[in-house]
Amino acid sequence: MSLRIRAQLQRGAFNLLIDTALPTDGVTALFGRSGCGKTTLLRIIAGLERVRDAHVEFGDLCWQQDSHFVPTSARRIGLVFQEHSLLPHLSVKENLLYGYNRTPAELRRLHLEEVMQMLAIDSLQQQRIDQLSGGERQRISLGRALLTSPQLLLLDEPLSALDTQTKREIMPFLSRLALQAQVPIILITHSPDEVQRLANHVAFMAAGQITTVETLEQALARPDTPLFQDEGAAAILAGQLGPANEHGLRAFGSDQSRLWLQSPGNVTELPECGQSIRVRILARDVSVALDDPQRISMQNHLFVTIEHMHTIADQRVVLSLRLADGQLLLSEITNWSARRLELSPGQQVYALIKSVALIS
Amino acid sequence: MLGLNPADWQAIEVTLKLCLYTTIFLLLIATPLAWWLSGKTSSLRVAIQAIVALPLVLPPTVLGFYLLMAMGPRGLLGSSLESIGLTHLAFSFEGILVASVLYSLPFAVQPLLESFNNLGRRPVEVASALGAGPVDRFFTVILPLCKGGYVIAATLTFAHTLGEFGVILMLGGSIPGETKVLSVLIYDYAQSMNYDAAHRLSLILLVFSFLVLFTVYGFSRRFQVVRV
Repeated sequence: MSLRIRAQLQRGAFNLLIDTALPTDGVTALFGRSGCGKTTLLRIIAGLERVRDAHVEFGDLCWQQDSHFVPTSARRIGLVFQEHSLLPHLSVKENLLYGYNRTPAELRRLHLEEVMQMLAIDSLQQQRIDQLSGGERQRISLGRALLTSPQLLLLDEPLSALDTQTKREIMPFLSRLALQAQVPIILITHSPDEVQRLANHVAFMAAGQITTVETLEQALARPDTPLFQDEGAAAILAGQLGPANEHGLRAFGSDQSRLWLQSPGNVTELPECGQSIRVRILARDVSVALDDPQRISMQNHLFVTIEHMHTIADQRVVLSLRLADGQLLLSEITNWSARRLELSPGQQVYALIKSVALIS
Repeated sequence: MLGLNPADWQAIEVTLKLCLYTTIFLLLIATPLAWWLSGKTSSLRVAIQAIVALPLVLPPTVLGFYLLMAMGPRGLLGSSLESIGLTHLAFSFEGILVASVLYSLPFAVQPLLESFNNLGRRPVEVASALGAGPVDRFFTVILPLCKGGYVIAATLTFAHTLGEFGVILMLGGSIPGETKVLSVLIYDYAQSMNYDAAHRLSLILLVFSFLVLFTVYGFSRRFQVVRV
């Protein structure tokens, strides 16, 4: 199933030209700079913007074609905006139930109790809207959208108006949502971090056009992907978390490419054993050695195969390293080191990993 | 009571009826009009907005004169009404009602427009994404969030119609029980040197207008406090 969109829109100097199919399994991130047309595209999908001659098709449902136009209220989508979208004259509970009450009983899949629990908003029910923090408001907006049991969830930069602390608070809810609610999600964002944490697919957008639609793995395998513009090249590894050893370290990933993770300070927030998680490893935190060093403080050494060598700016090289379990790790080293060690594609080396960040 | 004669009471009745009907019709017309005007700006919208505001600057006689031309037996509107077996609208209650609606249009549209502009489109978009259709959205989102604007629009329309004179005199003449409203009756009294009667009615109109405005502005301030 996919979401097919064809639309053209000229507004002053801005030209939107879209002809694409977005995947609708899991989270698809729509990634691009501010002003590239992400929000306009989302509004066309939602039916809030009626562009002439546009064509929008969700699975086998045609939402817009020629004169046929399904209004937003009949599309059964959940919509979460950047900010300020709670109805101020209603209480928290009335907001949550506004869409639920307008959803036919036989289409309801999610109910108040479980949604409030999923988003930890039970305690906010009796509060007034203007007494809520930004993070709480966004959680309630999410809950309200979920309670309509939508067939597609559209999130328009839901975290961008929040401070870093609140963002960190709400992120786990979003990743849980993607897993538990079983709703395809289109997430608009300009933050590589959010894409790496949440997305399964990424659609890159620039100057009113979608340039590429690919899986997160494919995107991260390109050393020049825009996802690396903030923190530099990084690899995302997916795997399961094992039990802690006697030193308090948790095993992560398969046997052939085992990593040991340090438990973060707050133990209660750590995922349970067997849960699938994502970790991020920045390329500049990965060094390579020709043999396995024993007398070294770094704990995580993996035997890998060099797949590509990509020269980037400042006399540096990004190595794509294939792990034994098939996942890809990146390492950023100097050109000089690469030449000194006589590295070449196909060669087997040890990757030494200095730090691993658990991201979802 | 109050030393008023039957003619006075009749004028009061006509006036109140005119004010009430005008207010009801105007709110019905001004709501979609103001909503449309609060959308994205285009030159058509600017033109319509200018037309809506015209009664603010035109002498009432100008409006009254053109309405008389249009609604009289030989006017475009009047003659077409007569051709389908109805009567023309000049010198009738229906005629001054149409005139009042046009004349007070800006007083209903402006407060609503401002209210809708403050509201923005976001709450309505939120409601439609949550499955609410247009009528549902109006009663559950727009009306409760813009009730201050509605109170002010209704009051101003009512009060402005109460003070109408020129248009009615041009179009309605002075037919007792049909088009003779308070302001016209006061004018008649003053013309015939019956200052006592003119004074009684003027004072009633003055006090009544003040009370209406006072009560409603008090209310609308409370609305604004509630509105967050």
